[in-house]
Amino acid sequence: MIKKEMIAMLLAGGQGSRLGVLTSKMAKPAVSFGGKYRIIDFPLSNCINSGIDTVGVLTQYQPLRLNTHIGIGIPWDLDRNIGGVTVLPPYEKMANSEWYTGTANAIYQNIDYMETFNPEYVLILSGDHIYKMDYEVMLDYHKANNAEVTIAVMPVPMEEAKRFGIMITDDKGQITEFEEKPEHPRSNLASMGIYIFNWKTLKEALIAMAEQPALDFGKHIIPYCHKNGAPLYAYEFTGYWKDVGTLESYWQANMELIDIVPEFNLYEEYWKIYTKADALPPQYFSNDSVVERSIIGEGSEIYGQVYNSIIGCGVTIGKDAVVRDSIIMNGTEIKAGASLNKVIAAENVEIGENTTIGVGDEAPNETDPKIYNAGLVTIGEKTVIPGNVTIGKNTVISGITEAQDYPNSILDSGRTLVKAGDE
Amino acid sequence: MRAIGIVLAGGASGHRMKELGSRRAVAAMPVAGSYRSIDFVLSNMSNSHIQKVGVFTQYNAGSLGEHLSSSKWWDFGRKQGGLYVFTPTVTAENNFWYRATADAIYQNLAFLRNSHEPYVVIASGDCVYKMDFNKVLEYHIDKKADITVVCRDSDDLLEKDRYGTVKMNEDHRIEEFEEKPVVAKSSTISCGIYVVRRRALIEMIEKCAEEDRYDFVRDVLIRFKDIKRIYGYKIKDYWRNIASVEDYFHTNMDFLKPEVRNFFFKQYPDIYSKVDDLPPAKYNVGATVKNSLVASGTIVNGTVEDSVIFRETYIGNNCTIKNSIILNDVYIGDNTYIENCIVESHGTIRANSTFKGEDEIKIVVEKNERFII
Repeated sequence: MIKKEMIAMLLAGGQGSRLGVLTSKMAKPAVSFGGKYRIIDFPLSNCINSGIDTVGVLTQYQPLRLNTHIGIGIPWDLDRNIGGVTVLPPYEKMANSEWYTGTANAIYQNIDYMETFNPEYVLILSGDHIYKMDYEVMLDYHKANNAEVTIAVMPVPMEEAKRFGIMITDDKGQITEFEEKPEHPRSNLASMGIYIFNWKTLKEALIAMAEQPALDFGKHIIPYCHKNGAPLYAYEFTGYWKDVGTLESYWQANMELIDIVPEFNLYEEYWKIYTKADALPPQYFSNDSVVERSIIGEGSEIYGQVYNSIIGCGVTIGKDAVVRDSIIMNGTEIKAGASLNKVIAAENVEIGENTTIGVGDEAPNETDPKIYNAGLVTIGEKTVIPGNVTIGKNTVISGITEAQDYPNSILDSGRTLVKAGDE
Repeated sequence: MRAIGIVLAGGASGHRMKELGSRRAVAAMPVAGSYRSIDFVLSNMSNSHIQKVGVFTQYNAGSLGEHLSSSKWWDFGRKQGGLYVFTPTVTAENNFWYRATADAIYQNLAFLRNSHEPYVVIASGDCVYKMDFNKVLEYHIDKKADITVVCRDSDDLLEKDRYGTVKMNEDHRIEEFEEKPVVAKSSTISCGIYVVRRRALIEMIEKCAEEDRYDFVRDVLIRFKDIKRIYGYKIKDYWRNIASVEDYFHTNMDFLKPEVRNFFFKQYPDIYSKVDDLPPAKYNVGATVKNSLVASGTIVNGTVEDSVIFRETYIGNNCTIKNSIILNDVYIGDNTYIENCIVESHGTIRANSTFKGEDEIKIVVEKNERFII
């Protein structure tokens, strides 16, 4: 009989709505990161580097990009005869067909998948964090404590603790209490959304709680296990771990990569991060190019100037164009003379000649000030911006835009310009 | 699936590659920043729907073997077909190395016998080009040829005496074939790419072996040219053989031209290679890069001009690299000056060094101890 000690279930179905137009066509785990990667590469690479060769990826929201990226798992060596990576979308059943209504509900609907591998332990992961972690060490900790559930936690500043699920532990690391986003936190150990369960415990809890609407790990399964006396332990992780849930934190985490020796080092020999390479050729720099403090992906051609920026694969930056403090994703073309300042441009964007983006005074965004802020300009995938226009800060542009969409050739700070495109 | 492929990748480069040749077979030479020479022929075959390919290796095949460790990069790992590497083996009948190209095929004749595809495409692993072999095959069938040889004008090639020359009649039938003549009678050269019927090839190779003849060009093409219908298929596209230092250097430098990059990198289909999973290249304060290619995993702190930098290279502060090729995984210490050089892979260059090729390209092999923080 097939027997895997530990398998991983990766939750990748969320929209990540706070990333705005970046996730209008793809789930958050599929969003590009660090020039050539996508966010899901980090947990997938962690899995294979930790010796986990069986990973179920739960998809729901806009799965196309995720599906084509994962394929049969070749980049992560997850193309296996037994196990490997399996994409698990919601499916129709004889009765009670439903979408994945919560994190634990998604896992519940795939009990059969997990059962196939007859696992001892199940690792629950989410596909929206940037970190390197050896899950095998966490498993050793889980075993040493005879725990039934181990929750990875991370110390956060006390003032930020109210944004997280907080674990209160005794001096041996056993969890005595927990609070979901408490007003007055009593501990600073925040749950990272990474759990190791004994399969028996998890299965029992999932079945017992199956009828709960929007079944969630933090809200329902963990409390259920705790109530029933299962030993819960907190595994403290002190390495680099970044939630890139908002545009500002996403931008910040990318920018940290260009420090001389970044806190999160992609250039380490061991613990490689794997990805499906979209392009292989080297990058080209012309005679007039200037590049400083930047990371640039394969196959890009630089004829202009790049400062403090993360440039993806197959990007063209035209002559005399200036890109500063920006994230430019795969396949985007910036034409000659354009100037970009604090811009996040998604994949396959086209920016016209002599267009200036990210200038002027800040103004709050007119439609979603909570999403589009921090002075960033966000441009959705396949957007076309005409030449010779000026675009302010805290703006968002998506779709094929034309010169008449910019009165007097200007889009003021705080404006939202989203065209439906050709759908 | 009308043809199988044979890639001849066993040859040593002799003196033409100088120190570069002692390290690896020519087919394993790194090219254009991110590739190895053999990637071009393998990608061409894969893109032409040739699914079963045998690679014949003999000389220093370590790097090549490493590169071919999986067939999936070129999409060969199939139930029907696959990538086969044939190195010389001792058998009950034979204990020789491959004595030449025809002998290499003869020693592995079972590969041809056990295939069912009617045609064979034979090519070498040391050329940089992009080609749809189906077009050559169509031409071959059209001309009712016994053997078709891909040819090209030598006008834009360096060292024209390195090639076999052909003379064709109006119908493109080859009338004369000379191997590396001192004085060439024709400016049309053979690219070393052949299409031939599988059964005919088996027959000719067996006949050669009976007569103790071992070379495909000398003992098959030249010897049979009057009794077999040998046709030339002329190409105009970019094609370079890299098996000399001069040609190797200039072929790499050709990729600084937009039309060459466009042909290989932008036009479908792509050239594939083994994926190395390196992070994107990084440019720190003080980096200046002009008219150069840089591959992934590289970290640049100094100045790079008119050069090709391969993967995983570290260029220290205040360095200047001019008109040079830096192969994979080279560490260049601070304040180093390099001009007109090819720096051999895995080298470590101490800080404050100067290397300059004066009249010709200098090959730099520096094996110092590397200290990594």
